[in-house]
Amino acid sequence: MTTAIAMSGGVDSSTAAALLVENNPDGSPATASDHRSRVIGLTMQLWNQRRLPGLLGTEGDGVSGHASARCCSLDDVYDARRVADFLKIPYYVVNFQERFEATVVRPFVDQYLAGETPIPCALCNTEIKFEQFVKTALEIGAERIATGHYARVRQDQRTGRYQLLRGVDATKDQSYFLFGLTQEQLSRSLFPLGELTKEQVRAIARDLNLPVAEKPESQEICFVPTRSYRDFIEAYLAEQGRTIGDRAGEIVATDGRTLGEHQGVHHYTVGQRKGLGFATGEPLYVIQIDPAQNRVVVGRDKELFRKRFIVRDVNWIRPVGQGETIKAQVKIRNKHTAAPARVTVDGAPAFRPAHRAEEVTAALDAGLKTGATTATATVEFLEPQRAITPGQAAVVYDGDELFGGGWIARVL
Amino acid sequence: MRRVYLDNNATTVLAPEVFAAMQPFWLENYGNASSIHWFGQKAKAAVETAREQVAKLIHARPSEIVFTSGGTEADNASLVGIVEAARGATKHLVTTAIEHHAVLHTAKSIEKNGVTVSFVRAGANGIVDPADIERALRPDTVLISVMHANNELGAIQPLEEIGRLARERDIYFHTDAVQSVGKIPVDVERLGLDLLSLSAHKLHGPKGVGVLYIRKGTILKPLIHGGHDERDRRPGTENVTGIVGLGKAAELAREHMAEDSERMAALRDRLEEGILSKVPLSAVNGDRTQRLPNTANLRFDYIEGEGFVIALDLRGIACSTGAACSSGAVEPSHVLSAIGLRPDQARSSVRFSLSRYTAAEDIDAALEVIPATVERLRAVSPHYKKAAIAS
Repeated sequence: MTTAIAMSGGVDSSTAAALLVENNPDGSPATASDHRSRVIGLTMQLWNQRRLPGLLGTEGDGVSGHASARCCSLDDVYDARRVADFLKIPYYVVNFQERFEATVVRPFVDQYLAGETPIPCALCNTEIKFEQFVKTALEIGAERIATGHYARVRQDQRTGRYQLLRGVDATKDQSYFLFGLTQEQLSRSLFPLGELTKEQVRAIARDLNLPVAEKPESQEICFVPTRSYRDFIEAYLAEQGRTIGDRAGEIVATDGRTLGEHQGVHHYTVGQRKGLGFATGEPLYVIQIDPAQNRVVVGRDKELFRKRFIVRDVNWIRPVGQGETIKAQVKIRNKHTAAPARVTVDGAPAFRPAHRAEEVTAALDAGLKTGATTATATVEFLEPQRAITPGQAAVVYDGDELFGGGWIARVL
Repeated sequence: MRRVYLDNNATTVLAPEVFAAMQPFWLENYGNASSIHWFGQKAKAAVETAREQVAKLIHARPSEIVFTSGGTEADNASLVGIVEAARGATKHLVTTAIEHHAVLHTAKSIEKNGVTVSFVRAGANGIVDPADIERALRPDTVLISVMHANNELGAIQPLEEIGRLARERDIYFHTDAVQSVGKIPVDVERLGLDLLSLSAHKLHGPKGVGVLYIRKGTILKPLIHGGHDERDRRPGTENVTGIVGLGKAAELAREHMAEDSERMAALRDRLEEGILSKVPLSAVNGDRTQRLPNTANLRFDYIEGEGFVIALDLRGIACSTGAACSSGAVEPSHVLSAIGLRPDQARSSVRFSLSRYTAAEDIDAALEVIPATVERLRAVSPHYKKAAIAS
């Protein structure tokens, strides 16, 4: 069994690679060089930071500086290569830049312009890491892929179906970003960190003397080098020759009064308080963004608390029936604690019968993609939740297990 | 696992004779070639011997040979040096769209402040038409730079005709001959060249050393400034050990050329024919006759060259696709798109390049692995499946 491990140069994926090398996934003893040919390190080149030099400050070369805030920087590739060399596994960099731009960056920009607050990491997982990466893995002779995500995959021995579970470290759990995975992809996936806590991972990295053991965490959206996604959007549009135009519109109160003017809905996100550009007696928050009327609706904090919303492009990992209502816990953004809700399955169920590992190739060939279904769902929280934000993912859990998830389309 | 190296257009193994020739210059004859003492004289004599050896290989005079850090420096020095030394309010440069980045990116970097560049396209066979070069010429053209053999396709360019055009109009003529020197005869007189770049490590010499041939009387401004080494044309203490290696490599290339060329061409053709007959939907890119004897560039419909190269490497076969970017990932080939290949065709193309040391067993090993690997890549391709169903 050959496994391709996605290596970003960070401590998580590096430790995942080390664990794979130590613990051959098919259980055969880890000895000498024989098992080592079974793990192949790959780094995905997703974006070239030098494309938008204006965002890099005065240096403009995208080479120096700390690596953690920069996607696919040469520093990170260098780190990944060092780790692979340290582990004595074959290592390659694969170029997914075109596909990343088409399936992650452009939708990210367009969604912001349409008044949503997108979450590119989930899209990247579905479109790149578990789609293109799996394809490349199969091409180079790897049957399985592994990543440094904090999540777990389990096969139900009775049904043969694969289940996706939260990572045991509640503070690091990344299952939220993986809701789009299909049975085919799950059957191919290994998450060596799923049973570990971040502290354990760090400790393992130190014990093994991994070259990146002390590397700081990466934060924020990988391809946005500064903290400002607005600067990124404007620089990207300028590079594409797309003018952003005059996008000014009204800021209105929930009772309809006009309170001021905004310079484009992409500057705002639901729940935002700062930067509204005017002072009032009591704190005001963005309650809703209305792209149709190009309006930003503001109101008091308690008006942010809502119960019902529609989810689009739902991927059900655990089978559900059409029209069925399930009791579950729903998580509406990465830092949200999943809250009890009733979820009604609308549209055609996206569940496809369990594909065995050998059917993955056929499924990929047929162009089956996750997140591209017509299935929708309606979520109703038992208690109102703050800032339900279109563009973010809504992920449905049954305890530790993921039912599925989709994109928040509209708050009702 | 047998490791087979079929990426000799990227770099080559040091010839054992070259390795031996370089040895005394690490620990014994380590003098600075500019010094007046015994140590310096030993070094100087060795550098001058190498200069003669290189001059002989390209039919130049030793005094016209300037040692550099490699082909890239020689390309930069030629383009920048000619343009900076030329007079006139506007200056024009003619080159091609299939050049190595050392020429292409240098040309783009000087394309400002009254300097303009014409990038002439090549035909589908990878060969530039001299008539297209002629059409691009202007009264203010100061330099024509056309590579001798293309690194990706091996396509040999009609330098003799282009050299005549340059002579007639009194325009300087430079060639990047990094891929051709040592593999095919190169004669700066016959080709009408004023400037030529070559690199040691492409002909079984060491890395980090190359040559800029500068015809006597050519006026160009030095790229870098410093001491009086290399007759003021290239300051910096000579890389004596490397230069000695280059000299020996040049001598060997001259002695072995006829024999090497025949052997490599035979093995290359065996590889190419083997692939074409065993792998459906495969084809050769570029001209099959007017090309280097060691290069084969093939495309395999419905595969991704990047995955293919990795898959082959994991089975011990080293070859390449396009150019590598700074991270090591594959960049789309500007050469293959310049000769009119569709993006998917360019992405499905792979280069195999042989050397004097490629053995028949290497080719057999490659032919053993390649067809099955192509098949596996196609099995993962949604487009291949669709096409198979349609036919």
